[in-house]
Amino acid sequence: MRRFSAFAIAREALRNHEGWGRTWAKRPPKARYDVIIVGAGGHGLATAYYLGKNFGITNVAILEKGWLGGGNTGRNTTIIRSNYLQDPSAAIYEKARSLYEGLSQDLNYNVMFSPRGVIMLAQTHHEVRGYKRTAHANSLQGVTTEWIEPKRVKELCPIMNIDGPRYPVLGGLWQARGGTARHDAVAWGYARACTDMGMDILQKCEVTGIARDGGKVTGVQTTQGDIACDKLGVVVAGHSGVLAQMAGFRLPLESVALQALVSEPVKPCMDVVVMANTVHGYMSQSDKGEMVIGGGTDGYNNYTQRGSFHHIEETLRALVETFPMISRLKMLRQWGGIVDVTGDRSPILSKTPVDGMYVNCGWGTGGFKAIPGSGWGMAELIAKGHSPLTEAFGMERFREGRFIDESVAAGVAH
Amino acid sequence: MLILTCPNCGLAVEETELSPGGEAHLERFGPTSSDDAFEEYLFLRDNVKGVHFERWRHAYGCGKWFLAARDTATLQVFGTYSAQTKAPPPDILAAIKKGKNT
Repeated sequence: MRRFSAFAIAREALRNHEGWGRTWAKRPPKARYDVIIVGAGGHGLATAYYLGKNFGITNVAILEKGWLGGGNTGRNTTIIRSNYLQDPSAAIYEKARSLYEGLSQDLNYNVMFSPRGVIMLAQTHHEVRGYKRTAHANSLQGVTTEWIEPKRVKELCPIMNIDGPRYPVLGGLWQARGGTARHDAVAWGYARACTDMGMDILQKCEVTGIARDGGKVTGVQTTQGDIACDKLGVVVAGHSGVLAQMAGFRLPLESVALQALVSEPVKPCMDVVVMANTVHGYMSQSDKGEMVIGGGTDGYNNYTQRGSFHHIEETLRALVETFPMISRLKMLRQWGGIVDVTGDRSPILSKTPVDGMYVNCGWGTGGFKAIPGSGWGMAELIAKGHSPLTEAFGMERFREGRFIDESVAAGVAH
Repeated sequence: MLILTCPNCGLAVEETELSPGGEAHLERFGPTSSDDAFEEYLFLRDNVKGVHFERWRHAYGCGKWFLAARDTATLQVFGTYSAQTKAPPPDILAAIKKGKNT
């Protein structure tokens, strides 16, 4: 792999940029791997990367039924924050946020991490109390957040109307070190680093069955033939239930559609991320100038990667009061992703009833921000059988009643 | 827009008039049941990619519950039926087999 550097740019400038090469290699599958990761999205690629980097396990294949980063990794609104209430969540999300800070250097690939700050608006008295509590919890957890008054919200985001009759802004939970990153670049950067360690990335390779022998995983059947493995990591978000069914168990998940949309590009007018959970909407401005808007999930099971139009209408109707200027914007594109939602709205990083098979799923509506931390913990779980980061996220917690109850319980606004 | 016919009042209504209620035909278990049964009832779901039997409530209409058979991969609806059933009725199963709505 050619390292990206100022010197490399100068060298390539002198020879018509012919020496850059492919970002990741295209190789046929081997007959056997130490570890197979199903799902070449952010979480799967990060898991593979930290398996190699932290544990020296590089005989790894990452299988993807579609194209790399084409699922929720390429469909989210790129928000990164770690202002959660419960300790296990704060630990894994803050690990992820801190890894994002150095990720471009670590991967030698510009993921365009932009710590522009995230405000979570309090628009009801219930939210005021909730966010003040979260701010206190965060200070005990070592996550830097603060409660800010409406005047400060207005200073940070002048395009906002804070006096709305229906949704007045009563304050906000401010995380100055949250922000956004380029979602595709996160997948591409991890993929490039994985391929550099000798791992195989197999696109258009759909898993159709999971081979087991006496309760232990032995490999997978795929559209590119049978591949053997010692350990299997399933990191497939919306389709986790389908893969679990292949292995003969069920997960406490339901898959639903979550939508996002972007406006036409406008001049810079908003340099923070704003989330308004009461109205199920959140917004930031991309580097291209588009207003990136996320909405709520549909309430029914869905695998179609498109959602209901009325949800977009509801999101925009409410956001227009808080951001009057968007009433004049045309919306350019809308899309959906399939998110897997658990009962307590926290993820599952866990061993399974099948020996040697691990799952990383249930990130629901908020997985992008967690990618590096999730990969870090999942790699440790696969390599060593346990990890302090993933300990509380086992799938047995539902049976045992140890929920990690995040009050994003509406399942929205990440 | 998803359109379902409420079998209680007979109206074909848009999804904005309905509230989804999750997987149908769950067997309910209480506090005296085993951990396995209780976990299964409360949390474990088939989450099928394909024909899903599910509960709906005609919330902004007659207010009553009913069940529907809907394909989660195509959003095709195979029919709706009474909530007072333990299993999908034969006409719904036949519609699914034929691939056409009832």
